[in-house]
Amino acid sequence: MKDEYDVVVVGAGPAGAYAAATAASECDVLLIEKRQEIGNPVRCAEGVSKEGLARFLPPQKRWIANNIASARIFSPDGTVLEVSEELAGPEVGYVLERKIFDRDLAKRAAQAGADVAVRTRATGVIRENGFICGVKVRHLGESLEMRAKVVIAADGVESQLARWAGINTTLKPIDLESCAQYLMTNVDLLDDCCDFYLGSEAPGGYAWAFPKGHQIGNIGLGALASKLQSKHPIDYLNAFAERHFPDGQPVELNIGGVPVSNAARKTVADGLMLVGDAARHTDPITGGGIINALEGGRLAGEVAKQAVRVQDPSLKVLKQYEAAWRASFGKKLERNYKIKDIFVNLSDAELNKLIRSLEGLRLEDMSVAGIIKRLISRNPRLLAGVRHLF
Amino acid sequence: MIQVNIEKCGHCGACVSVCPTNSITLIESCLEIADTCTTCETCVTICPVGALVVS
Ligand SMILES: Cc1cc2nc3c(=O)[nH]c(=O)nc-3n(C[C@H](O)[C@H](O)[C@H](O)COP(=O)(O)OP(=O)(O)OC[C@H]3O[C@@H](n4cnc5c(N)ncnc54)[C@H](O)[C@@H]3O)c2cc1C
Repeated sequence: MKDEYDVVVVGAGPAGAYAAATAASECDVLLIEKRQEIGNPVRCAEGVSKEGLARFLPPQKRWIANNIASARIFSPDGTVLEVSEELAGPEVGYVLERKIFDRDLAKRAAQAGADVAVRTRATGVIRENGFICGVKVRHLGESLEMRAKVVIAADGVESQLARWAGINTTLKPIDLESCAQYLMTNVDLLDDCCDFYLGSEAPGGYAWAFPKGHQIGNIGLGALASKLQSKHPIDYLNAFAERHFPDGQPVELNIGGVPVSNAARKTVADGLMLVGDAARHTDPITGGGIINALEGGRLAGEVAKQAVRVQDPSLKVLKQYEAAWRASFGKKLERNYKIKDIFVNLSDAELNKLIRSLEGLRLEDMSVAGIIKRLISRNPRLLAGVRHLF
Repeated sequence: MIQVNIEKCGHCGACVSVCPTNSITLIESCLEIADTCTTCETCVTICPVGALVVS
Protein backbone atom coordinates (compact mmCIF):
# COMPACT_ATOMS: atom_id res chain seq x y z
CA MET A 1 0.00 0.00 0.00
CA LYS A 2 1.36 3.40 -1.00
CA ASP A 3 0.23 6.78 0.28
CA GLU A 4 -0.73 8.22 -3.08
CA TYR A 5 -2.93 6.84 -5.86
CA ASP A 6 -4.81 8.06 -8.90
CA VAL A 7 -8.02 6.58 -7.50
CA VAL A 8 -8.94 5.45 -3.99
CA VAL A 9 -12.13 3.39 -3.69
CA VAL A 10 -13.69 3.10 -0.22
CA GLY A 11 -15.70 -0.11 0.35
CA ALA A 12 -15.17 -3.49 -1.32
CA GLY A 13 -18.77 -4.49 -2.05
CA PRO A 14 -19.95 -4.99 -5.64
CA ALA A 15 -19.95 -1.25 -6.41
CA GLY A 16 -16.45 -0.56 -5.11
CA ALA A 17 -14.83 -3.71 -6.45
CA TYR A 18 -16.29 -3.15 -9.91
CA ALA A 19 -15.27 0.50 -9.93
CA ALA A 20 -11.75 -0.47 -8.86
CA ALA A 21 -11.45 -3.18 -11.51
CA THR A 22 -12.65 -0.78 -14.20
CA ALA A 23 -10.35 2.09 -13.22
CA ALA A 24 -7.32 -0.17 -12.69
CA SER A 25 -7.04 -0.92 -16.39
CA GLU A 26 -5.45 2.53 -16.75
CA CYS A 27 -4.93 4.01 -13.30
CA ASP A 28 -3.14 3.36 -10.07
CA VAL A 29 -5.97 2.21 -7.80
CA LEU A 30 -6.39 1.38 -4.12
CA LEU A 31 -9.50 -0.47 -2.90
CA ILE A 32 -9.98 -0.34 0.88
CA GLU A 33 -12.36 -2.36 3.03
CA LYS A 34 -12.86 -1.85 6.75
CA ARG A 35 -13.89 -5.41 7.49
CA GLN A 36 -11.40 -8.17 7.99
CA GLU A 37 -13.21 -10.38 5.51
CA ILE A 38 -14.57 -9.09 2.22
CA GLY A 39 -18.15 -10.28 1.73
CA ASN A 40 -18.74 -11.38 5.32
CA PRO A 41 -21.18 -11.00 7.05
CA VAL A 42 -23.64 -11.19 4.17
CA ARG A 43 -26.30 -8.48 4.07
CA CYS A 44 -28.33 -9.76 1.16
CA ALA A 45 -31.00 -12.22 0.02
CA GLU A 46 -28.71 -12.91 -2.95
CA GLY A 47 -31.33 -12.82 -5.71
CA VAL A 48 -30.20 -11.38 -9.00
CA SER A 49 -31.40 -11.40 -12.61
CA LYS A 50 -29.37 -13.51 -14.96
CA GLU A 51 -29.63 -11.02 -17.78
CA GLY A 52 -28.60 -8.12 -15.53
CA LEU A 53 -25.54 -9.92 -14.25
CA ALA A 54 -24.45 -11.09 -17.70
CA ARG A 55 -23.77 -7.46 -18.62
CA PHE A 56 -20.90 -7.45 -16.11
CA LEU A 57 -19.54 -10.94 -15.54
CA PRO A 58 -19.54 -14.37 -17.09
CA PRO A 59 -21.40 -16.68 -14.67
CA GLN A 60 -19.20 -18.81 -12.39
CA LYS A 61 -20.45 -22.03 -10.82
CA ARG A 62 -18.66 -21.24 -7.57
CA TRP A 63 -20.88 -18.27 -6.77
CA ILE A 64 -24.19 -19.55 -8.09
CA ALA A 65 -26.17 -21.38 -5.43
CA ASN A 66 -29.21 -21.90 -7.61
CA ASN A 67 -30.90 -21.17 -10.94
CA ILE A 68 -34.30 -19.54 -10.75
CA ALA A 69 -37.01 -19.92 -13.41
CA SER A 70 -40.09 -18.48 -11.73
CA ALA A 71 -41.50 -16.53 -8.82
CA ARG A 72 -44.61 -16.74 -6.68
CA ILE A 73 -46.21 -13.80 -4.96
CA PHE A 74 -48.42 -14.62 -1.97
CA SER A 75 -51.10 -12.23 -0.78
CA PRO A 76 -51.89 -12.03 2.95
CA ASP A 77 -54.81 -14.48 2.52
CA GLY A 78 -52.56 -16.98 0.74
CA THR A 79 -53.67 -16.34 -2.85
CA VAL A 80 -50.78 -17.09 -5.18
CA LEU A 81 -49.68 -15.25 -8.27
CA GLU A 82 -47.25 -17.23 -10.39
CA VAL A 83 -44.83 -15.53 -12.70
CA SER A 84 -42.45 -17.22 -15.08
CA GLU A 85 -40.58 -15.80 -17.96
CA GLU A 86 -41.01 -18.45 -20.58
CA LEU A 87 -39.91 -16.26 -23.42
CA ALA A 88 -36.50 -15.64 -21.85
CA GLY A 89 -35.54 -19.31 -21.53
CA PRO A 90 -35.64 -21.59 -18.57
CA GLU A 91 -33.36 -19.65 -16.22
CA VAL A 92 -34.15 -16.05 -15.43
CA GLY A 93 -32.20 -15.53 -12.25
CA TYR A 94 -29.72 -16.78 -9.74
CA VAL A 95 -29.50 -17.05 -6.01
CA LEU A 96 -25.86 -16.16 -5.41
CA GLU A 97 -23.30 -17.02 -2.78
CA ARG A 98 -22.41 -13.41 -1.96
CA LYS A 99 -19.47 -14.41 0.24
CA ILE A 100 -17.79 -15.95 -2.80
CA PHE A 101 -19.20 -13.48 -5.32
CA ASP A 102 -17.87 -10.41 -3.48
CA ARG A 103 -14.43 -11.97 -3.10
CA ASP A 104 -14.34 -12.84 -6.77
CA LEU A 105 -15.13 -9.22 -7.62
CA ALA A 106 -12.28 -8.07 -5.36
CA LYS A 107 -10.03 -10.59 -7.07
CA ARG A 108 -10.95 -9.08 -10.45
CA ALA A 109 -9.90 -5.68 -9.15
CA ALA A 110 -6.59 -7.12 -7.93
CA GLN A 111 -6.01 -8.90 -11.23
CA ALA A 112 -6.58 -5.64 -13.06
CA GLY A 113 -3.76 -4.16 -10.98
CA ALA A 114 -5.50 -2.54 -8.01
CA ASP A 115 -4.02 -2.71 -4.52
CA VAL A 116 -6.56 -4.14 -2.07
CA ALA A 117 -6.44 -3.53 1.68
CA VAL A 118 -8.71 -5.04 4.35
CA ARG A 119 -9.07 -3.87 7.94
CA THR A 120 -8.60 -0.39 6.48
CA ARG A 121 -11.33 2.04 7.42
CA ALA A 122 -11.87 5.52 6.04
CA THR A 123 -12.38 7.95 8.93
CA GLY A 124 -12.58 11.23 7.04
CA VAL A 125 -11.80 13.04 3.82
CA ILE A 126 -8.80 15.16 2.96
CA ARG A 127 -10.04 18.41 1.49
CA GLU A 128 -7.91 21.09 -0.17
CA ASN A 129 -9.23 24.16 -1.98
CA GLY A 130 -12.71 22.65 -1.95
CA PHE A 131 -11.49 19.44 -3.61
CA ILE A 132 -11.66 16.01 -2.02
CA CYS A 133 -8.11 14.80 -2.59
CA GLY A 134 -7.87 11.71 -0.45
CA VAL A 135 -9.08 9.91 2.66
CA LYS A 136 -7.89 9.55 6.21
CA VAL A 137 -7.79 5.92 7.22
CA ARG A 138 -7.21 3.66 10.18
CA HIS A 139 -5.28 0.58 9.16
CA LEU A 140 -4.62 -2.06 11.82
CA GLY A 141 -4.59 0.52 14.57
CA GLU A 142 -2.53 3.08 12.68
CA SER A 143 -3.64 6.47 11.30
CA LEU A 144 -2.66 7.06 7.67
CA GLU A 145 -3.52 9.47 4.88
CA MET A 146 -4.16 8.22 1.36
CA ARG A 147 -4.03 10.89 -1.28
CA ALA A 148 -5.91 10.47 -4.54
CA LYS A 149 -6.94 12.44 -7.59
CA VAL A 150 -10.35 10.81 -7.42
CA VAL A 151 -12.10 9.25 -4.42
CA ILE A 152 -14.97 6.83 -5.03
CA ALA A 153 -17.34 6.34 -2.08
CA ALA A 154 -18.68 2.78 -2.29
CA ASP A 155 -19.20 2.45 1.45
CA GLY A 156 -22.68 0.98 1.31
CA VAL A 157 -25.83 1.75 3.26
CA GLU A 158 -23.79 3.00 6.24
CA SER A 159 -21.87 5.44 4.04
CA GLN A 160 -20.34 8.28 6.01
CA LEU A 161 -17.95 9.45 3.33
CA ALA A 162 -20.53 11.48 1.43
CA ARG A 163 -21.64 13.17 4.62
CA TRP A 164 -18.06 13.98 5.60
CA ALA A 165 -17.73 15.56 2.16
CA GLY A 166 -20.84 17.67 2.75
CA ILE A 167 -23.42 15.67 0.77
CA ASN A 168 -26.32 14.73 3.00
CA THR A 169 -27.35 11.14 2.30
CA THR A 170 -28.98 10.49 5.68
CA LEU A 171 -31.99 8.23 5.21
CA LYS A 172 -35.38 8.93 6.75
CA PRO A 173 -37.17 5.97 8.33
CA ILE A 174 -39.80 6.14 5.54
CA ASP A 175 -36.94 5.45 3.12
CA LEU A 176 -35.27 2.50 4.84
CA GLU A 177 -36.25 -1.16 4.86
CA SER A 178 -35.00 -2.70 8.07
CA CYS A 179 -34.29 -6.37 7.37
CA ALA A 180 -33.66 -9.65 9.11
CA GLN A 181 -32.98 -12.98 7.46
CA TYR A 182 -32.10 -16.53 8.41
CA LEU A 183 -30.13 -18.80 6.21
CA MET A 184 -32.36 -21.72 7.11
CA THR A 185 -32.03 -25.41 6.73
CA ASN A 186 -34.83 -28.00 6.74
CA VAL A 187 -36.99 -25.82 4.54
CA ASP A 188 -39.06 -27.30 1.72
CA LEU A 189 -38.79 -24.85 -1.14
CA LEU A 190 -39.30 -25.27 -4.87
CA ASP A 191 -35.72 -25.34 -6.04
CA ASP A 192 -36.18 -23.05 -9.05
CA CYS A 193 -38.66 -20.55 -7.62
CA CYS A 194 -38.35 -17.41 -5.50
CA ASP A 195 -41.28 -16.70 -3.17
CA PHE A 196 -42.47 -13.28 -2.03
CA TYR A 197 -45.04 -12.68 0.73
CA LEU A 198 -46.92 -9.39 0.91
CA GLY A 199 -48.82 -7.88 3.80
CA SER A 200 -48.60 -7.06 7.47
CA GLU A 201 -46.31 -10.00 8.22
CA ALA A 202 -43.71 -7.52 6.94
CA PRO A 203 -45.31 -4.06 7.29
CA GLY A 204 -44.39 -1.73 4.43
CA GLY A 205 -42.10 -4.32 2.92
CA TYR A 206 -42.25 -7.99 2.08
CA ALA A 207 -40.99 -11.35 3.22
CA TRP A 208 -39.04 -13.68 0.97
CA ALA A 209 -37.94 -17.29 0.66
CA PHE A 210 -35.13 -17.81 -1.86
CA PRO A 211 -33.94 -21.40 -2.34
CA LYS A 212 -30.24 -22.18 -2.27
CA GLY A 213 -30.68 -25.91 -2.95
CA HIS A 214 -30.46 -28.93 -0.63
CA GLN A 215 -33.32 -27.68 1.59
CA ILE A 216 -31.46 -24.51 2.48
CA GLY A 217 -32.77 -21.04 1.74
CA ASN A 218 -32.69 -17.37 2.59
CA ILE A 219 -35.83 -16.74 4.62
CA GLY A 220 -36.12 -13.09 5.48
CA LEU A 221 -38.10 -9.91 5.48
CA GLY A 222 -37.83 -6.18 5.31
CA ALA A 223 -40.17 -3.81 7.12
CA LEU A 224 -40.38 -0.11 6.40
CA ALA A 225 -38.56 1.50 9.33
CA SER A 226 -41.26 4.17 9.77
CA LYS A 227 -43.82 1.43 10.43
CA LEU A 228 -41.86 -0.12 13.28
CA GLN A 229 -43.08 0.55 16.79
CA SER A 230 -42.49 -1.89 19.59
CA LYS A 231 -41.58 -4.85 17.40
CA HIS A 232 -38.38 -5.19 15.41
CA PRO A 233 -37.85 -7.05 12.12
CA ILE A 234 -36.31 -10.00 13.99
CA ASP A 235 -39.63 -10.42 15.85
CA TYR A 236 -41.59 -10.31 12.58
CA LEU A 237 -39.13 -12.80 11.09
CA ASN A 238 -39.49 -15.25 13.96
CA ALA A 239 -43.28 -15.14 13.60
CA PHE A 240 -43.04 -15.53 9.82
CA ALA A 241 -40.64 -18.48 10.02
CA GLU A 242 -42.72 -20.16 12.70
CA ARG A 243 -45.84 -19.88 10.56
CA HIS A 244 -44.46 -20.80 7.13
CA PHE A 245 -41.39 -22.92 7.93
CA PRO A 246 -42.09 -24.58 11.29
CA ASP A 247 -39.39 -27.23 10.71
CA GLY A 248 -36.75 -24.74 9.60
CA GLN A 249 -33.64 -24.21 11.68
CA PRO A 250 -31.27 -21.28 11.22
CA VAL A 251 -27.62 -21.75 10.35
CA GLU A 252 -26.97 -18.02 10.01
CA LEU A 253 -28.66 -14.74 10.96
CA ASN A 254 -28.18 -11.79 8.64
CA ILE A 255 -29.49 -8.32 9.25
CA GLY A 256 -29.24 -5.08 7.35
CA GLY A 257 -30.78 -1.91 6.02
CA VAL A 258 -31.81 -1.27 2.43
CA PRO A 259 -32.25 2.28 1.16
CA VAL A 260 -35.64 2.62 -0.57
CA SER A 261 -35.24 6.35 -1.05
CA ASN A 262 -34.73 8.47 -4.10
CA ALA A 263 -31.14 8.37 -5.33
CA ALA A 264 -28.83 10.82 -3.56
CA ARG A 265 -29.59 14.27 -4.93
CA LYS A 266 -25.90 14.80 -5.63
CA THR A 267 -23.55 11.94 -6.45
CA VAL A 268 -20.49 13.95 -7.50
CA ALA A 269 -18.33 16.72 -6.06
CA ASP A 270 -14.86 17.97 -6.91
CA GLY A 271 -12.72 14.84 -6.58
CA LEU A 272 -15.55 12.56 -5.38
CA MET A 273 -18.15 10.15 -6.79
CA LEU A 274 -20.75 8.09 -4.88
CA VAL A 275 -21.72 4.62 -6.11
CA GLY A 276 -24.00 1.73 -5.13
CA ASP A 277 -25.90 1.84 -1.84
CA ALA A 278 -23.82 4.89 -0.82
CA ALA A 279 -25.48 6.73 -3.73
CA ARG A 280 -28.85 5.24 -2.68
CA HIS A 281 -29.08 3.34 -5.97
CA THR A 282 -31.14 0.37 -4.74
CA ASP A 283 -34.51 -0.21 -6.35
CA PRO A 284 -37.19 1.26 -4.03
CA ILE A 285 -39.72 -1.48 -4.84
CA THR A 286 -37.65 -4.65 -4.74
CA GLY A 287 -34.74 -3.48 -2.60
CA GLY A 288 -32.41 -5.08 -5.16
CA GLY A 289 -29.13 -3.23 -5.43
CA ILE A 290 -26.48 -5.55 -6.83
CA ILE A 291 -26.96 -4.77 -10.52
CA ASN A 292 -27.15 -1.00 -10.06
CA ALA A 293 -24.06 -1.22 -7.82
CA LEU A 294 -22.15 -2.94 -10.62
CA GLU A 295 -23.45 -0.50 -13.22
CA GLY A 296 -22.65 2.55 -11.08
CA GLY A 297 -19.24 1.06 -10.31
CA ARG A 298 -18.48 0.59 -13.97
CA LEU A 299 -19.63 4.08 -14.95
CA ALA A 300 -17.70 5.73 -12.10
CA GLY A 301 -14.61 3.68 -12.95
CA GLU A 302 -14.77 4.86 -16.57
CA VAL A 303 -15.21 8.50 -15.58
CA ALA A 304 -12.35 8.22 -13.05
CA LYS A 305 -10.07 7.05 -15.87
CA GLN A 306 -11.18 9.95 -18.00
CA ALA A 307 -10.51 12.43 -15.16
CA VAL A 308 -7.02 11.04 -14.63
CA ARG A 309 -6.35 11.08 -18.37
CA VAL A 310 -7.25 14.74 -18.76
CA GLN A 311 -5.79 15.57 -15.32
CA ASP A 312 -9.02 17.18 -14.20
CA PRO A 313 -10.92 15.57 -11.31
CA SER A 314 -13.25 18.55 -10.98
CA LEU A 315 -17.02 18.42 -10.99
CA LYS A 316 -16.89 19.46 -14.65
CA VAL A 317 -15.51 16.06 -15.63
CA LEU A 318 -16.99 13.90 -12.86
CA LYS A 319 -20.54 15.07 -13.57
CA GLN A 320 -20.42 12.81 -16.62
CA TYR A 321 -20.84 9.99 -14.13
CA GLU A 322 -24.04 11.50 -12.76
CA ALA A 323 -25.41 12.00 -16.26
CA ALA A 324 -24.49 8.42 -17.15
CA TRP A 325 -26.22 6.69 -14.24
CA ARG A 326 -29.27 8.91 -14.65
CA ALA A 327 -29.47 7.88 -18.31
CA SER A 328 -29.00 4.23 -17.41
CA PHE A 329 -31.30 3.58 -14.44
CA GLY A 330 -32.25 7.01 -13.05
CA LYS A 331 -35.73 7.16 -14.57
CA LYS A 332 -36.60 3.71 -13.29
CA LEU A 333 -35.52 4.61 -9.76
CA GLU A 334 -37.65 7.75 -9.83
CA ARG A 335 -40.70 5.92 -11.09
CA ASN A 336 -40.29 3.04 -8.65
CA TYR A 337 -39.93 5.43 -5.73
CA LYS A 338 -43.36 6.89 -6.54
CA ILE A 339 -44.85 3.40 -6.84
CA LYS A 340 -43.27 2.33 -3.54
CA ASP A 341 -44.91 5.29 -1.84
CA ILE A 342 -48.35 3.94 -2.78
CA PHE A 343 -47.64 0.24 -2.21
CA VAL A 344 -46.21 0.53 1.31
CA ASN A 345 -49.54 1.93 2.49
CA LEU A 346 -51.85 -0.73 1.04
CA SER A 347 -53.82 -2.70 3.63
CA ASP A 348 -53.93 -6.49 3.73
CA ALA A 349 -57.46 -6.35 2.30
CA GLU A 350 -56.29 -4.22 -0.60
CA LEU A 351 -53.31 -6.48 -1.29
CA ASN A 352 -55.63 -9.50 -1.28
CA LYS A 353 -57.85 -7.76 -3.80
CA LEU A 354 -54.91 -6.92 -6.05
CA ILE A 355 -53.45 -10.41 -6.11
CA ARG A 356 -56.87 -12.03 -6.48
CA SER A 357 -57.52 -9.85 -9.51
CA LEU A 358 -54.76 -11.72 -11.34
CA GLU A 359 -55.54 -15.16 -9.93
CA GLY A 360 -55.33 -17.94 -12.47
CA LEU A 361 -53.30 -15.87 -14.92
CA ARG A 362 -49.84 -17.08 -15.73
CA LEU A 363 -47.73 -13.99 -16.13
CA GLU A 364 -44.87 -14.25 -18.53
CA ASP A 365 -43.36 -10.85 -17.92
CA MET A 366 -41.46 -11.23 -14.66
CA SER A 367 -40.41 -7.62 -14.44
CA VAL A 368 -41.89 -5.55 -11.65
CA ALA A 369 -43.14 -3.05 -14.24
CA GLY A 370 -44.86 -5.85 -16.16
CA ILE A 371 -46.68 -7.10 -13.08
CA ILE A 372 -47.69 -3.62 -11.95
CA LYS A 373 -49.06 -2.79 -15.39
CA ARG A 374 -51.31 -5.87 -15.22
CA LEU A 375 -52.42 -4.90 -11.71
CA ILE A 376 -53.27 -1.38 -12.84
CA SER A 377 -55.33 -2.58 -15.77
CA ARG A 378 -57.43 -4.75 -13.44
CA ASN A 379 -57.56 -2.34 -10.50
CA PRO A 380 -57.62 1.12 -12.03
CA ARG A 381 -59.31 2.77 -9.04
CA LEU A 382 -57.16 1.26 -6.30
CA LEU A 383 -53.98 2.07 -8.19
CA ALA A 384 -55.10 5.40 -9.62
CA GLY A 385 -52.09 7.04 -7.99
CA VAL A 386 -49.57 5.20 -10.16
CA ARG A 387 -51.44 4.95 -13.46
CA HIS A 388 -49.80 8.01 -14.92
CA LEU A 389 -46.36 6.47 -14.44
CA PHE A 390 -46.86 3.95 -17.25
CA MET B 1 -27.65 8.33 26.09
CA ILE B 2 -27.89 5.53 23.54
CA GLN B 3 -26.44 2.20 24.52
CA VAL B 4 -25.65 -0.81 22.37
CA ASN B 5 -26.55 -4.28 23.51
CA ILE B 6 -23.61 -6.15 22.03
CA GLU B 7 -25.37 -9.44 22.56
CA LYS B 8 -28.03 -8.34 20.08
CA CYS B 9 -26.19 -6.06 17.64
CA GLY B 10 -25.52 -7.73 14.29
CA HIS B 11 -23.25 -4.91 13.10
CA CYS B 12 -25.25 -4.17 9.95
CA GLY B 13 -24.91 -0.38 9.88
CA ALA B 14 -28.62 0.38 9.38
CA CYS B 15 -28.45 2.76 12.36
CA VAL B 16 -25.54 4.64 10.79
CA SER B 17 -27.61 5.38 7.69
CA VAL B 18 -30.42 7.13 9.58
CA CYS B 19 -28.42 9.04 12.18
CA PRO B 20 -29.19 12.72 11.54
CA THR B 21 -25.96 13.88 13.17
CA ASN B 22 -23.71 11.19 11.63
CA SER B 23 -22.70 10.22 15.16
CA ILE B 24 -22.59 6.43 14.75
CA THR B 25 -19.64 4.54 13.30
CA LEU B 26 -19.54 0.79 12.72
CA ILE B 27 -16.13 -0.73 13.31
CA GLU B 28 -16.34 -4.46 12.62
CA SER B 29 -18.55 -5.76 15.41
CA CYS B 30 -18.43 -2.58 17.46
CA LEU B 31 -20.67 0.49 17.25
CA GLU B 32 -19.12 3.76 18.37
CA ILE B 33 -21.50 6.56 19.30
CA ALA B 34 -19.92 10.01 19.34
CA ASP B 35 -20.90 12.70 21.83
CA THR B 36 -22.61 14.63 19.03
CA CYS B 37 -25.52 12.19 19.51
CA THR B 38 -28.70 14.05 20.43
CA THR B 39 -30.56 10.93 21.64
CA CYS B 40 -33.22 11.42 18.94
CA GLU B 41 -33.81 7.67 19.17
CA THR B 42 -34.23 7.14 15.42
CA CYS B 43 -31.65 4.33 15.58
CA VAL B 44 -33.50 2.72 18.48
CA THR B 45 -36.71 2.35 16.45
CA ILE B 46 -35.20 1.21 13.17
CA CYS B 47 -32.69 -1.39 14.43
CA PRO B 48 -33.56 -4.79 12.88
CA VAL B 49 -32.89 -6.59 16.16
CA GLY B 50 -33.57 -3.94 18.80
CA ALA B 51 -29.96 -3.71 19.90
CA LEU B 52 -30.04 0.00 20.73
CA VAL B 53 -31.61 1.33 23.91
CA VAL B 54 -31.85 4.62 25.71
CA SER B 55 -30.30 4.58 29.14
C1 LIG C 1 -31.38 -8.16 3.92
C2 LIG C 1 -30.98 -7.64 2.56
C3 LIG C 1 -31.39 -8.35 1.43
C4 LIG C 1 -30.99 -7.91 0.15
N1 LIG C 1 -31.34 -8.67 -0.92
C5 LIG C 1 -30.92 -8.32 -2.16
C6 LIG C 1 -31.20 -9.15 -3.28
O1 LIG C 1 -31.78 -10.23 -3.16
N2 LIG C 1 -30.78 -8.73 -4.50
C7 LIG C 1 -30.09 -7.56 -4.67
O2 LIG C 1 -29.74 -7.23 -5.81
N3 LIG C 1 -29.81 -6.77 -3.63
C8 LIG C 1 -30.19 -7.12 -2.37
N4 LIG C 1 -29.88 -6.32 -1.30
C9 LIG C 1 -29.14 -5.08 -1.53
C10 LIG C 1 -27.68 -5.36 -1.81
O3 LIG C 1 -27.13 -6.18 -0.80
C11 LIG C 1 -26.90 -4.05 -1.89
O4 LIG C 1 -27.58 -3.17 -2.75
C12 LIG C 1 -25.48 -4.23 -2.41
O5 LIG C 1 -24.69 -5.00 -1.53
C13 LIG C 1 -24.84 -2.85 -2.59
O6 LIG C 1 -23.50 -2.96 -2.93
P1 LIG C 1 -22.48 -1.83 -2.49
O7 LIG C 1 -21.16 -2.26 -3.06
O8 LIG C 1 -23.00 -0.51 -2.83
O9 LIG C 1 -22.46 -1.87 -0.90
P2 LIG C 1 -22.04 -3.04 0.11
O10 LIG C 1 -22.16 -4.37 -0.51
O11 LIG C 1 -22.78 -2.79 1.36
O12 LIG C 1 -20.49 -2.77 0.37
C14 LIG C 1 -20.04 -1.64 1.06
C15 LIG C 1 -18.73 -2.00 1.72
O13 LIG C 1 -18.11 -0.81 2.22
C16 LIG C 1 -17.50 -1.12 3.44
N5 LIG C 1 -17.32 0.13 4.19
C17 LIG C 1 -18.27 0.90 4.76
N6 LIG C 1 -17.74 1.98 5.37
C18 LIG C 1 -16.39 1.91 5.16
C19 LIG C 1 -15.29 2.73 5.53
N7 LIG C 1 -15.48 3.86 6.26
N8 LIG C 1 -14.05 2.35 5.17
C20 LIG C 1 -13.86 1.21 4.44
N9 LIG C 1 -14.86 0.39 4.06
C21 LIG C 1 -16.12 0.72 4.40
C22 LIG C 1 -18.45 -2.09 4.10
O14 LIG C 1 -17.81 -2.84 5.10
C23 LIG C 1 -18.90 -2.94 2.91
O15 LIG C 1 -18.09 -4.08 2.72
C24 LIG C 1 -30.24 -6.72 0.00
C25 LIG C 1 -29.86 -6.02 1.14
C26 LIG C 1 -30.21 -6.47 2.41
C27 LIG C 1 -29.76 -5.70 3.61
